[in-house]
Amino acid sequence: MSAVQTTSPVRQDDTRRRSPAAEVLSSLMRSGTFLTGLAIVLFWVACALFGEHFAPYDPLADDIINALSPPSAEHWFGTDQIGRDVFSRVIVGSRDILTVAPLATLLATIAGTALGLLTGYFRGIVDDVVSRILEAFMAIPVVIVALLAIVALGTSKTTVIIVIGLSFAPIIARTVRSAVLAERELDYVAAAQLRHESAFHTMFVEILPNVIPPILVETTVRLGYAIFAVATLSFMGFGIQPPSPDWGLSISSNYGMIGGGFWWTVLFDALAIASLVIGVNLAADGVHGAFND
Amino acid sequence: MTEPAQAHSTKTKNAKTQSKAKNALELKDLSVAYRVAGRNRAVLRNLSLTIGQGEAYGLVGESGCGKSTVALTVVRYLPRNGSITDGAISLDGKDIMKLDAEALRRTRAESVSMVYQDPGKALNPSIRIGRQMTEIFELGGITGQAATDQAIAMLNRVRISDPASVMQRYPHQLSGGMQQRVAIAMALANDPSMLILDEPTTGLDATVEAEVLDLIAQLRQELSASILFISHNLAVVSNMCDRVGVLYAGMLVEEGPTEVVFNDPRHPYTVALLRCLPRGGQRKDQGRLDTIPGFLPGIGATISGCAFADRCALSTERCRTELPPLYDLSDERGKRLSRCHYHDKAQALPRATPSDVAPAPKPAAQPVLRVAGVNKTYASHGHPLRAVKDVSLDLRPGETLGLVGESGSGKTTFARLLLGLVPPDDGGTIELEGKALAPKLENRGDDQVKAMQIVFQNPDSALNRSHSIRHILGRALKRLAGLSGKALETRLDDLVRSVRLTDRHLAVKPRQLSGGLKQRVAIARAFAGDPRIVVCDEPTSALDVSVQAAILNLLADLQSKEDVSYIFISHDLGVVRYLSDKIAVLYLGRIMELGPSEQVFSGPHHPYTEALLSAVPKLDQTETARIRLDGEIPSAVNPPSGCVFHTRCPRKIGPICEQQEPPLAEAQPGHSIRCHIPYSELARLQKGVVIEAA
Ligand SMILES: Nc1ncnc2c1ncn2[C@@H]1O[C@H](COP(=O)(O)OP(=O)(O)O)[C@@H](O)[C@H]1O
Ligand code: SF4
Ligand code: SF4
Ligand SMILES: [Mg+2]
Repeated sequence: MSAVQTTSPVRQDDTRRRSPAAEVLSSLMRSGTFLTGLAIVLFWVACALFGEHFAPYDPLADDIINALSPPSAEHWFGTDQIGRDVFSRVIVGSRDILTVAPLATLLATIAGTALGLLTGYFRGIVDDVVSRILEAFMAIPVVIVALLAIVALGTSKTTVIIVIGLSFAPIIARTVRSAVLAERELDYVAAAQLRHESAFHTMFVEILPNVIPPILVETTVRLGYAIFAVATLSFMGFGIQPPSPDWGLSISSNYGMIGGGFWWTVLFDALAIASLVIGVNLAADGVHGAFND
Repeated sequence: MTEPAQAHSTKTKNAKTQSKAKNALELKDLSVAYRVAGRNRAVLRNLSLTIGQGEAYGLVGESGCGKSTVALTVVRYLPRNGSITDGAISLDGKDIMKLDAEALRRTRAESVSMVYQDPGKALNPSIRIGRQMTEIFELGGITGQAATDQAIAMLNRVRISDPASVMQRYPHQLSGGMQQRVAIAMALANDPSMLILDEPTTGLDATVEAEVLDLIAQLRQELSASILFISHNLAVVSNMCDRVGVLYAGMLVEEGPTEVVFNDPRHPYTVALLRCLPRGGQRKDQGRLDTIPGFLPGIGATISGCAFADRCALSTERCRTELPPLYDLSDERGKRLSRCHYHDKAQALPRATPSDVAPAPKPAAQPVLRVAGVNKTYASHGHPLRAVKDVSLDLRPGETLGLVGESGSGKTTFARLLLGLVPPDDGGTIELEGKALAPKLENRGDDQVKAMQIVFQNPDSALNRSHSIRHILGRALKRLAGLSGKALETRLDDLVRSVRLTDRHLAVKPRQLSGGLKQRVAIARAFAGDPRIVVCDEPTSALDVSVQAAILNLLADLQSKEDVSYIFISHDLGVVRYLSDKIAVLYLGRIMELGPSEQVFSGPHHPYTEALLSAVPKLDQTETARIRLDGEIPSAVNPPSGCVFHTRCPRKIGPICEQQEPPLAEAQPGHSIRCHIPYSELARLQKGVVIEAA
C-alpha cells in the first residue's frame, strides 16, 4: 500500500520572512517620532540645497538704510545691523552646518568604529592602552581641543570637522567596543580563527556587519550633538567664518544687540538651531526604537 | 479499510463518569491563532484534553507543534498577537475564558503555576533570590519574618541545602540546576493545584536533569498538584507522567497511558518519533537511526486530510482527503485515542532511512591524535583553577571518542585545547599524525589547522548571521581547501550535497533555515578542508529527536566515507553510545575512566560512570537500581582531597578515598579506571545492576 501521490493535504500558508533590514525599515516608517524628526531634518536639508531660490532677498546683500528694522510684511524676521534680511539668512544658514556636522559625525563614526573594533577584538594590552588614551582624550573639553587645533591648523571648516570628529570618536569607539566584545564570544569568531583568517578579515568582514545596528544608532545620536557643537564653535568664533549666514555665527555677531531690544536678530537663528537639533534627536530616537523593538 | 473502533467503550465510560466530578484541567475544542502579517494563523486546532486531579499529563511533539502555546493558553498568557478563536478551557471546574481581569489574576496567583525551560525567564536578574521569594508571599499577605521563614521553608522543600545563603545571592550566581530549583520553589509558593512545566529540564545536564525530575516526582506526592508536563524528550515524559498526549500541528494525534503509548504506539508519528532515538545500546555499526522526512506544517497551514500525510509512508488517497477522527482504541490497558485511519498498521510503518551501513574501515594502527599529560589552569579570582588535569589519550583514524561528564567537568575546555583556541599549560604534548602541535592556533601550520575542525553546539552562534550560506561555505573552501573559481563551485556543490542540502539553501542567511538545516551547514563547514578530526560539541542538543537522528546518521555516514575521527561531546549518553568507539569520562578535569565504548557502558565501570548512567531517564520504565548523585559538582578551584569524587561517591570505601588520589590504572587491556576499588570488586558490586543507556 504505497502512498498514492496526489496533492498534499497540508497547504502551507507562506509567511514570508522579511530580512532584518526590511523589518527595521518598516518599523521606522511606522514610527511617528522618526517621521516627525525626518520631516524637520529634510526641511532644513531642502533649505540648504535650494534655499536661495525661495529666499526673498540675497542673504548677503546689505541695505544700511533699512538696518535693524523689526519684523514686518517686507522683512518677516526683520533685518540685522547692516540691513541683511534675517529670514533669507536663516533659510540659507543651514548650509554650512549641514555639511560640517554630518562630515564631522562621519569622521567620528569611521575613527570610532575602527578603534572600537581594535580594542574589542584584541582586548588585553591593546584595549588597555587605547582605552586609557581615549578616556584621557574624552576628559579634555572640546573647546580646548578646538583651541589647540586652531593654533595648529588655523580656522576653517576642515578644522571644525576634525575637532568634532576626533572629540566624538572615543564615544563611538566605546559603543562599538562593547558590541564587539559581545560578538567576539560567539562561535563564528572561533570558526574564523580555525580558518587562520587575518585579524583584519575577522574584524571587518566577520564582526563589523553584525555591529552595524548599534553604530547606526550611536551615529544618529552623535549627529544631534555635532550640530550643537558646530553651532557653539561658530558662536565662539572658532568655526565657520563670515560672511556665511551660518546660524551660530549670526547669533555670535548679533547677540550684543539683544540689550538694545533687537531680539529678532538672534531669536530666529536660535530657533533654527533648536529645531534642527530636535529634529535629529527625534529621528535618532526613532532609529533607536526600531533597532530595539 | 478500518472502522473507527467504538466497541470498547464500557471502561471508558466508567472512567469518564468517575473523573467527571472535577477535572484539574479541561480543554474543549480549543483553537488558538497567532496574528502574523495581518492574518490569523491557526496554531492549535480543536484540541481537547483532560487532566484529572493529581494526574501528571505529558505533552510531546516536535518544536513548533504548539506545546508552549497550550501552556500559555491555559494561564491566558498568550502573546499580544495570540487569540483563542474557539473552544473552552476550564481549570478546576472554572471557565477560564469567562473570568474578569481580577478573577484571572487571583486564579494565577492562587491555583496555577508555570515553570519555563529557561529559569532566567522566571527570575529577575537584578534582584536577590530572597527578595524575589518573599515578594510572592507578600502578595499573599504574609510579610516580614514570616515571609522570610516561608521562603526558607520553600527552598528547603526543593532540596536546597543552604537556603539562607542562596537567598542572599543574585540569580546569575547560581548554576542552571540551582536556578531551576529556585524557579520551581517560586512556582510552588502559592501551593498551586495545577503546575505547568514547559521543558523544565531541557537546558540541564543529565545528572542535574535527573535530580530536578526526581524533585518534581517527589513534590508531586507531597503536593497532590496536577501536572501538565511539556517536553520533547520522550524518555523524560515516560518517567514522569501517567498519561501522554502526542501533539502534531496543533492537533492531538495520539493519547493514552504512558507505557502503553510508548510500548505499543498506534500512530505512525509516535512510531517514527520513538524510532529516531538510539535505544537499547544501539551503535552506529549496527545500523542507521530512522528519521522522519519533511517538516511540520507551518503555522496557519490549511489542513484538509491527515496533517502527517506528507511525511507518512503509510499514507493513501484516503489520508489526503479525509481528516482522520480520533479513533477510540481503549482497551483493558486504559483509554486511548489515535488520529490515524490505519492505526492498526501504525507499527508497520516502513523505515524512512534504510538501516544498512557501509562496513566501517578497520581503524589503522597508528593514532591520528596523541595527547599526553595535558593540563589547563585558569586563574579564578587569583586562585588557580585546574580545568583539565593530566589528560592523556589517543585516537585512531575513523574512530570516535565520546567525552562525557557533567557540565563543569572540563569537556569543552579539553576540546578547545586540542583545537588551539585556548593554549594549554606548558608541559603536555599534543601530536597530530606524529607531529607536535603548537599550543597556540596562530603558530600551527595551515595544514594542521584545517585538519582539526569543530561543529559547535549552537549554530546560531557558530554561523555568521550577516553572511549567506554560500559565503560561509565558500569562504571555508577557499581558506581550508585552498580552492577558488570553478573548482570551488564544483566542490561547493559536492559539499552541499554531502550534507543533504540543496542549491536552494545557498542564497539564504542562517536565520532563514531551521535548526537542523543550520547544523548541517555547520557540519559542511567543518568538512570543507577534509579534516582528520572533527570535534562535535553537543551538536544535537538543541535539536528535535527527528532532526537529531538525521544529524547523527549524517555524522556516521561522513565518518565511514571520509575516515575522519570524531571527538564527540554530549550529555545524552544514548547518543554518545550510538556514535562512540571509545569513551573518556571526565570529572573535575580528570579522566576517571577511559576505554572501549562497549566496556565502559556495560561495566564494570567507575562509580562515577555508574552514577551518570543510572541518571539517564529511560523509555522503558523498568525500575533499575538508581544511584543518586547528590549535590553539584565541587568547585575546581578547591577540589576534594584524595579521590576528587569522594564527596559524592556512592561506593566510597573509606579514608583512603579521602587521602590518596587513585591512579588511572589499566583494569583490562585498553580499559582504565581511576578508583581504589579493584576491578574484580567493582564487577561484584555492580553485578545485577543492569544499566542500559536510554
Ligand atoms: N507570538 C507568536 N507569533 C507568531 N507565531 C508564533 C508566536 N509564538 C509561537 N508562534 C509559532 O507558533 C507555532 C507553535 O509554537 P509553540 O507553541 O511555541 O510550539 P512548541 O512549544 O511546541 O515548540 C510555531 O510555529 C511558532 O513559531
Ligand atoms: S491517517 Fe494516513 S497519513 Fe495520517 S498517519 Fe495515518 S496512515 Fe499516515
Ligand atoms: S576511589 Fe573511592 S571515592 Fe573515588 S571513586 Fe573509587 S570508591 Fe569512590
Ligand atoms: Mg516550546
